[in-house]
Amino acid sequence: MSRLTKIFSHITTQEKRIALYCAIGFASIATLPLFDQGFYLSISVNIVMYVVLCTAWSLFSGPTHYISLATAAFYGIGTYVVAIGIKDIPYPVLLVMAAVVSGGIAGIVGLATLRLSGVYFVVFTLGLSELIRQIVTWVQTNFSGSSGLYVFTDIREMHVFWLLLGLAVIVYIIGWLINRSRLGFAMQIIGNDETVAKHLGINTAISKILLFMISGAIIGVVGAIMAPRFSYVTPPSAFNPIISFQVVIMALLGGTKRLWGPLLGVIPFTILFDQVGVYFPDQTSIVIGVAFMAIVYLLPNGVLGLIETIKQKFTSSIKKEDTT
Amino acid sequence: MSFIINGLLLGGTYALIAVGLTLQYGVARIMNLANGENLVFACFMAFWLYTAFAINPILGIIIIAPMAFVINWLIYSYAMRPLVNRSKNSGQLEVNSILATFGLLFILKGLMKFSFGGGYFTYNYLAEGISIFGHNYGLNRVVAFIAAAVIAGTLYLFLNYTRYGTAIRAVAVNPTSASLVAINVPRASAFAFALGGALTAASGALLSSFYTFHADMGMDFTMKALVIVIMAGVGDVRGAVLAALMLGLTETAIATFVDPGLTAAGTYGLFILVLLFRPQGIFGRSNS
Repeated sequence: MSRLTKIFSHITTQEKRIALYCAIGFASIATLPLFDQGFYLSISVNIVMYVVLCTAWSLFSGPTHYISLATAAFYGIGTYVVAIGIKDIPYPVLLVMAAVVSGGIAGIVGLATLRLSGVYFVVFTLGLSELIRQIVTWVQTNFSGSSGLYVFTDIREMHVFWLLLGLAVIVYIIGWLINRSRLGFAMQIIGNDETVAKHLGINTAISKILLFMISGAIIGVVGAIMAPRFSYVTPPSAFNPIISFQVVIMALLGGTKRLWGPLLGVIPFTILFDQVGVYFPDQTSIVIGVAFMAIVYLLPNGVLGLIETIKQKFTSSIKKEDTT
Repeated sequence: MSFIINGLLLGGTYALIAVGLTLQYGVARIMNLANGENLVFACFMAFWLYTAFAINPILGIIIIAPMAFVINWLIYSYAMRPLVNRSKNSGQLEVNSILATFGLLFILKGLMKFSFGGGYFTYNYLAEGISIFGHNYGLNRVVAFIAAAVIAGTLYLFLNYTRYGTAIRAVAVNPTSASLVAINVPRASAFAFALGGALTAASGALLSSFYTFHADMGMDFTMKALVIVIMAGVGDVRGAVLAALMLGLTETAIATFVDPGLTAAGTYGLFILVLLFRPQGIFGRSNS
C-alpha cells in the first residue's frame, strides 16, 4: 500500500492536467446515449469494447512481444460466467467472478506456456478458445440437453456502454500504474532483452504470468459486460475466434508502445469492419488478411510509430534550420 | 482393435502435413500458419482434376505438388525474404512471420471461399471396402496411407543420402555455419519452404480422396501439424512421422470411445502434456 501512495504522491502538474482532460473527455463521451440510441450507440459500444480489449491485450503483448490469441477464450469465459449465474447471483458479483475465473485460467495457461518460446504460446492460445468451446459444447449437450443459455436482464445497450466506458477508465488507470510500478519497469527490461533481465535478478516468468493474468481478467470482464447483449449465449457465439484476430490487428495497427496507442487502430478498423460487414459480408476474411499484411510490411510500429517518425523528422528539420 | 488401424491410416496423412511444416519452420525458419491452405488448395485441385478430367488423386499429385512448389517458392521469395532480411533476431522474425502468414492465411481462405463457396465437397474414388484382420476399411484410405508412406520414405532418403539433402539439414542445424561451408543458405531456405508446401499439397490430394473438405478447414490442419511438429521437436522428420501416427491414434480413440466432438480437445490435451513434461519435444534433445 505504501508503494501505491508513493506513486500517487509523485504525480506532476502536467499529469494532473492530462488526467483532468481525460476526465472531461470520458464524461462527454458518456453523454452519447442521451443523443442517440440506435446506430451510433451500437457502433460506439463496439468501439469502446475493442478499446478495452486491445488495451488489455497490449498491456501484456506490447512489452513481451508474445502474440496472445486467447482473447476469445477469456471473453467467452466471462460471457459464460454471467450466463450460468445470472439467475441466482447479483450482476456486479458476476463481473468480479468473471475477472477471477478468467484471470485464474490465464495464470494456468501462463504457467504451462510462458516459460517457453513465443511460438508455443501463440499456438496454444490459438487452440485454447477452441478447446474450451468444445468442452463447453460437450458439457451442455450431454448434461443440460440444450445448445445455449438465456440471459434475461434489465441491462440495456446504454448500460453496457457505460459499464464498458467505466472499465476503460479502470484499464487506463491500471496501465498507468503498471508503467509506474516495479512490474512495469521489469517488463520494459524483459521486452528489450530477456537475458539481461534474468541477469538483473528479475523473475521473468512470474512477471509475465502476472501481467497475462491482469490482461486476461480484464478481457473476462468485457465478456461478462457484453453477455446481456447476447440474450441467448451459445458456445460458437461466445468463443468466436475472429475476436482474437481483430484485437491483434487493431492493437498492432494502432501501436503498442503507448497506453493510448491501440485507440488509433480501434476507431478506424471498427468503422471499416462495420462497413465491410454491411456491403461485402463474404469478404471479411480478405479484409483481415490484407490488414495483417499491411501492418507487417507498411506499418511495423503501427500508426503510433508513423506519427512518432514524422514528429522526429519535423523536429530534427527545425533544429537543422536553427543551426544553419 | 479397428480404431488402431483407422488411427494409423489417418496419421499417415497427418505425417506429410507435419513434415511439410517442419521443413518450413525448421529449415526456412518461417512459422507458416498458412500452410494448411496448401492442403485445402490441393483438395480442390484434386477434386477438379478427378471430376473434370478423370485424373485420379494419386496421379494428380504429379501435377499438384509441383504447382504448390512453385507457388510456395514465390511466396518465400517475395513475401518472406524481406522479413528475413529485416528482422534483427530470430524472435522478431518469428513475430513478423506469424503475422504475415496469418495475413496470407486469411487472404487465401477468402479467395478459396470466393471461388468455391462455403459448401462441403467430396468425391468417390476407390470407395470400396478392403478387409484387414477381419475388419473392413475404405480402400481409398489404405491407398492414401501407402502413397503417403512412399512420399515420406523418398523424402527421408533424399534428406539423408543426397548432397543437397545434407545441405538442407545443415541449414536446419545452423544457418550461419552452413553458409561458412559454401551452402547457399537463402536458396536452400527457399527450396525447403517450397518443398514443405509441396508435401503439404500432396497430403491434401491424398486426404481429399476419403475426407469431406471445405474452404474453412485449413486452420484446423495447420493446428494439428503444429502440435505434431512441437511434439516431435522442430526440424525432426522421423519424429514428426511418429508423432503424427500418435496424434491419429489419439484422435480416433477419442472419437470412438468418448465423443467425436472432443477430438480437438484431445489434440490440445496431448499438446499440454508435451509442453509440461517434454517441452523440447518427445524425440527432441534438450537445447541447453
